Amino acid sequence: MAKKGDWVQIHNIVLKPEERSDALPEDTKKHPLEMWVKGYLQSDAEIGDEVEVITRTGRCASGKLVNEAPYFEHNFGFLIPEVLKIGDMVREITFGGDD
Amino acid sequence: MDNSYAAIMARKNEIIRASVGMDYSSFEYDGIGFDYEAMMAATGYTLPELQRVQSLFSVGNTPLIELKNLTTLARKCAPKGKGARIFIKDEATNPSGSFKARRSCTSVYQAKKLGYKGVVTATSGNYGAAVACHAAMAGLKCIVVQECYDSRGIGQPEIIEKARKCEALGAEVVQLTVGPELFSTVLRLLEETGYFNASLYTPFGIAGVETLGYEIAQQFRTKYDRDPDVVVCTNAGGGNLTGTARGLLKADCRAKVIGASVNLTGLHMASDEQFNKKSFTTGHTGFGVPFCVNPDRSDVPRSAARPLRYMDRYVTVTQGSVFFITEALASLEGLEKGPAGNTALAAAFRIAQDLDEDQCIVVQETEYTGAGKHINPQLSFARQNGIDIHFGDPKDEIPGKSIILPAHPSLIQVTDVDLDRVRRSNIKNAVGTHKNELTDQDIQYLIDETNSNEEFVRNVIANL
Repeated sequence: MAKKGDWVQIHNIVLKPEERSDALPEDTKKHPLEMWVKGYLQSDAEIGDEVEVITRTGRCASGKLVNEAPYFEHNFGFLIPEVLKIGDMVREITFGGDD
Repeated sequence: MDNSYAAIMARKNEIIRASVGMDYSSFEYDGIGFDYEAMMAATGYTLPELQRVQSLFSVGNTPLIELKNLTTLARKCAPKGKGARIFIKDEATNPSGSFKARRSCTSVYQAKKLGYKGVVTATSGNYGAAVACHAAMAGLKCIVVQECYDSRGIGQPEIIEKARKCEALGAEVVQLTVGPELFSTVLRLLEETGYFNASLYTPFGIAGVETLGYEIAQQFRTKYDRDPDVVVCTNAGGGNLTGTARGLLKADCRAKVIGASVNLTGLHMASDEQFNKKSFTTGHTGFGVPFCVNPDRSDVPRSAARPLRYMDRYVTVTQGSVFFITEALASLEGLEKGPAGNTALAAAFRIAQDLDEDQCIVVQETEYTGAGKHINPQLSFARQNGIDIHFGDPKDEIPGKSIILPAHPSLIQVTDVDLDRVRRSNIKNAVGTHKNELTDQDIQYLIDETNSNEEFVRNVIANL
């Protein structure tokens, strides 16, 4: 249960597949155009409910509640051993060898 | 109000006029062309005024750094006596972390001056962070609209980082799945809010980049008592190259201007399935080439970014080469930067090897780096998406299938884009169905647009 005033994320279908631009590749055209917006919830609700939020700019937006207290999880990825090798290689070629 | 896609697009011209505060129709010629210089002059800002506005936002006067170790590495790959000195303009030191700061602060300043309460911009890139940054400084509200996710809801890490940064700077971020209809969402938001359209492609934005080219010339003359020989610009929508080249010309600097894009040939930019198969979300051929052919495919009636007018040469580099050079920049120069901005650096590293040792080549930007927007997460994301990453010869790289990291720096190459072919496509696109109605003014417009000559233009038209 999300409470009124909580920071949440909502989801909308902007265009159904049949409403989309004709100038799209087939693999894109078979999907809807979807939209996500974040804001302060205007009334208590459960995930999946149709709700209204007030965004950071003060705009009222409505849509399906999909995420309570959304946060970012992107990071620096996992180990890519090749990156270490590039560093070693360019240092060796630039500074190594002659002396 | 009818908010269907068709209805919003039908209201496009009136929404743009209200949201940019500029009547584009006043620059149109009777024929196919328009008065580009009149449009640029309509900003009302001279170069010194632009510099003053930018200084209000602490933008510009970024360091020009000589990359001595990278130059040494290039010389080890070059014939004796070859290997120009490589310099980089550290634009990541602008507030918001990229050259886009120059582009956004004039737009935000203009919005504030005209009394708008906020700004809207459509961008998945650094420009969003720049607009959010300057809107924060100016006390304006800001909405950034991003193409961010594929239909599985999986987002490009680089774009998600940009969302984070925009939110951190107080902006509202609207995220969409893949598709050019993003434009209609932007139009609807402009209509709903009455905010200023801080498009990447207005004259305000492009004029703002002129200070970058001008600064390069001034810094070179002050520090080295000479002009650079070559300036390389990462090219996507064309604004970076256009503004820089115009600034160089305003400083009377005749350095050759070379555009560089990451080669993403074969990947469709509006494809849902291919969206997360690319490891560069900007600076690539998917934007670079179409925007040269038709600059007015942007979100304003006439784009101020017209790179074909200023390009002396246009080259592509591979994704693997840009990742390699980004790591080399960190390991050899102690400069950890975002990969996309290093597209021009990969090209410059190779082009330097054709120039004499006493010549100077400038890469005119760097961009900030961070979680998601860094070679490590971007290569991780590629590997997770089934892209084959290995050492080898970058010429074998297939965009969307492989990323080939050069097994040796001497394998980094540039591939020339056939500019005459791009010019022919540009002319064909501009002429459209008007082949038999062209005036002398139209011909001159096409010469200017393609940086060519009358014989070339008339020859192309005759063969349409």
